Amino acid sequence: MPQRREVTKLLCGTPFLARAARAAATDAVPASALLQPAQLAELLKADAPPLPLQVGFKTLYDQAHIPGSVYAGPGNADNGLANLKSQVESLPRDRALVIYCGCCPWVRCPNMGAAWDRLHALGFSNVKALMITTNFGEDWVNKGYPVARGE
Amino acid sequence: MRSRLAILLTCLPLLMGAAPVKLAPGSSVPAMSRADMHGRPVDLAALQGKLVLIDFWASWCPPCIVEIPRLIAMQKTYGPRGLQVVGISMDDSAQPVRDVAKRFAFNYPVVLGDAKLGSEFGGVLGLPVQMLVGRDGRILKIWTGEIAPGAVEQAVKAALR
Repeated sequence: MPQRREVTKLLCGTPFLARAARAAATDAVPASALLQPAQLAELLKADAPPLPLQVGFKTLYDQAHIPGSVYAGPGNADNGLANLKSQVESLPRDRALVIYCGCCPWVRCPNMGAAWDRLHALGFSNVKALMITTNFGEDWVNKGYPVARGE
Repeated sequence: MRSRLAILLTCLPLLMGAAPVKLAPGSSVPAMSRADMHGRPVDLAALQGKLVLIDFWASWCPPCIVEIPRLIAMQKTYGPRGLQVVGISMDDSAQPVRDVAKRFAFNYPVVLGDAKLGSEFGGVLGLPVQMLVGRDGRILKIWTGEIAPGAVEQAVKAALR
C-alpha cells in the first residue's frame, strides 16, 4: 500500500493532521454493525425508523443529507464530539441510531471511528454505521436514495 | 429584464432546495469569484483561455492532503504552458486552511468554499473532487474520491498538447 504510506507521512507533519490520521480508524466499527445504503433506505421506511446522525462536516450536510437526520459532527474534532453528545444525551440508551458521514472514501474517513467510540462510551447499545464506500454523493445521492437539502 | 428572468430561472432550483444540476464533461464551468486566502481576487471567468484544474479539498480529508504536493508540482511544471490550479477548500472556517498553508507552500490560489458554492458546482458531496476545465471554459474531466497517482497529470499533459 504505497499510497497509505504516503498519506501517513504527509499527515504526521502537523498536530491536527496527525489527529485526523488517528481518528481515521474506521476499523473501530465492527463488520456486524455495518449497514449498506440499500439496507438503511429500507429501514427508514419502517414505522419506527432508526435515527440517522450525520457525523461529518456541515458544508456537506447543508448541501445534502438523509431526510430526518440530525447534524452531529464532525467526529474528528472535540467540539464535534461534544455536538454529538448534546444531540443524543436525552435519548434512551437502546434507541436505534445510525451514524453516517461520506466525506471521504470509507477507509480514509476521519469521523466515523471517533463517533462510534463516543456513542459506545456514552452507553448506546443499538448503533449501526452506514458504510459509504466512496462518498455520500456517489453512494447515496446518485443512487437515488432520499435526500433533503439545506440546514 | 430578460437577463433578470434568466438569472431567476437559473437560481430558482437552488432557492427552492431542489437538486443542483449535476456537472459532467462538456458542461460549462459555473461562475466563481472569491478572494483567496491572501485577499486576492480569483475569478474563473478571468481564467478563460487557460487550462484550469479546480481542486475541491479540505484540511480534514486525508486523500486531499496527499494531492497537494502533486498539485504544487503540476502548477510549477505546467503553469508556464498555460495551466492554472485553483484550490477550493470546503472547510467550515479559514483557520484550518491557514494551518495547512503553513505546511505546504501553495503556488496557486486557494479560496474558501461553502455549501452554496458546492451546490453551484453540482454538489460537492465528498472529497476530493478535481475538475479539469478546458481553455474554452468547458469541463474536460472530473475525478471524485481517491485519485490514482498520475491520472490527473496525464490528462493535463494531453490537454496542453
